[in-house]
Amino acid sequence: MAASLADVPQLLLNGIMSGAVLAIPAIGLTAIYAVLRFPNFAVASHATVGAFAGYLANVSMGWTLVPAALVAFLAAGVVGVASDWVVLRPLRPAGLITATIASVALTIALENLVRLGFGNALRDYNLPIFRDWRFGGLRVGPQQLEDLAIAVTAVVVLFGFLRFTRLGKAMRAVADNPMLAGIKGIDAGLIAVLVNFIAMGLAGLGGMLIGLDTSIDPLTGFRVLLAVFAAAVVGGLGSIPGAVVGALAVGVAEELSLLVLPPDLRTMVGFVAILLVLTLRPRGLLGARAY
Amino acid sequence: MFSYLVAMGVTAGIYALMALGVNLTWGMAGMVNLGLAGFFAVGGYATALLTKTGFAIPLGVAAGTLAAALAGAGVALITARLRADYLAIVTLGFSESVRLIAANQIWLTNGSDGIAGIPGPWRGDLTPMGFNLLFLAIVGVAVLVTFLGMQRLSGAPFGRVLRALRDDEDVAAVAGKNVLLFKLKAFAVGSGVLGLAGALYAHYTSYIAPDIFAPLLTINIVLALVVGGVGNNLGAVAGAMLLVLVLEGTRFAAPLLPFLSAEQFAAMRELLISGMLLVILRVLPGGIIPERIGA
Repeated sequence: MAASLADVPQLLLNGIMSGAVLAIPAIGLTAIYAVLRFPNFAVASHATVGAFAGYLANVSMGWTLVPAALVAFLAAGVVGVASDWVVLRPLRPAGLITATIASVALTIALENLVRLGFGNALRDYNLPIFRDWRFGGLRVGPQQLEDLAIAVTAVVVLFGFLRFTRLGKAMRAVADNPMLAGIKGIDAGLIAVLVNFIAMGLAGLGGMLIGLDTSIDPLTGFRVLLAVFAAAVVGGLGSIPGAVVGALAVGVAEELSLLVLPPDLRTMVGFVAILLVLTLRPRGLLGARAY
Repeated sequence: MFSYLVAMGVTAGIYALMALGVNLTWGMAGMVNLGLAGFFAVGGYATALLTKTGFAIPLGVAAGTLAAALAGAGVALITARLRADYLAIVTLGFSESVRLIAANQIWLTNGSDGIAGIPGPWRGDLTPMGFNLLFLAIVGVAVLVTFLGMQRLSGAPFGRVLRALRDDEDVAAVAGKNVLLFKLKAFAVGSGVLGLAGALYAHYTSYIAPDIFAPLLTINIVLALVVGGVGNNLGAVAGAMLLVLVLEGTRFAAPLLPFLSAEQFAAMRELLISGMLLVILRVLPGGIIPERIGA
């Protein structure tokens, strides 16, 4: 069933909703890129780890959405710090390509650890079901609004942290100029740990929020990997505000694509967006450099 | 048992071809390809679709090779001016997109059921054993020709320019080399070899489906190359042989771990492969046959 022009306002609204959720893991990816300077494909498996941690808190422990989302963030953050420390950190001096390839191997390894424990079966969160609300001709699910609220809160907290705290400023300093930051006595190792915790925590939170809409399985993270990268590249790799803008753009573009494409090709939109941006404006909408 | 070994040999040959193709782009030119499964798939699907409609097998294989080479050139063209990590992102995106199209465009690819009944050379006239042996010979010749070609390229000025690009692009540009063109050529040839491997695979097994082109295939080949020695053609072939031994060897481990379900056992194998890659990157970054410069 193809969407028609009359659906455009609804599609825009859906796109903004899904884009806001997509922004969470995209910020994680771009933050690691800004500080450690490599595209970390392991965001995929950390999104899966977060989704399953949130699932355990929500279904096994019976916690409600917000505490379960916090568990998703913390669990993925801790796994992120540990996996980076043990696996990726020692390989970073070997160069960009080695670290990038290692992150792909890491993501497959973590995904299979989850599979080993939980199997491939689809799992659902235990959430109350509400009827959609209607405003004029537009439909909104209360669940979507709650996701949106969590995503916006996470972004606001992150921006506050980066702007107003000492550690946040130190993180931005390292991203901006690692050598100068080192001269000023900022511990690059500590910042690396911090950025991994925050970024993979966000990936985990994002994985859970994405899973809330449907079901989760070990491939939950990998399935959105392309869209997450598209959001980060469109916004400009390494730019956190860019990741937010890019995610909204990709979210809206994916929805609007329903006007011209069959729904099963929706995921292709991310790839097309990457190709377009790299061809026309490689540094992305808000990014600084791509060379 | 003998037929099992022959089948293993064909698989090893196809993996060796892929490792040789990746060695040209990654080993020599320093261009990473994280979506090599996608180029493999393009080769396989192109020849499957053509030969099912009556084209001759060699024509289909040539078309598959060419299609993958063109796709590679396109990807390289878009990312040639950018940092190496953009190529990683675009190649991975490419392979996922190919898999999506293969899984969803049922009118073209029959979706996730895959395409069955792809013709093989003289498959109907030969015993299964004879067909396997014939195919082993075909793949063997393909590996030998590709190996010799890659050795020739590696020693030629072309190979030297690629290594110069890998080590310092700016210096190569200052020396008057057309960086973009060399990168484009290298990536097109490397992707073409991946397409050739995919096409041969399709005609050998007579069946292709999107599952075969999962990211794990990419990890497999990267592992083969890293084990053998990145930048070394002999290492690429040796690494592929070793990888197939490991992959096949682990199949027999299933009875030893009866407490694992089939699903868990598959996960264990994937864990083993990705874990091995991480360990070898750490302890043996040069591989068993490291690259020799000036040889």
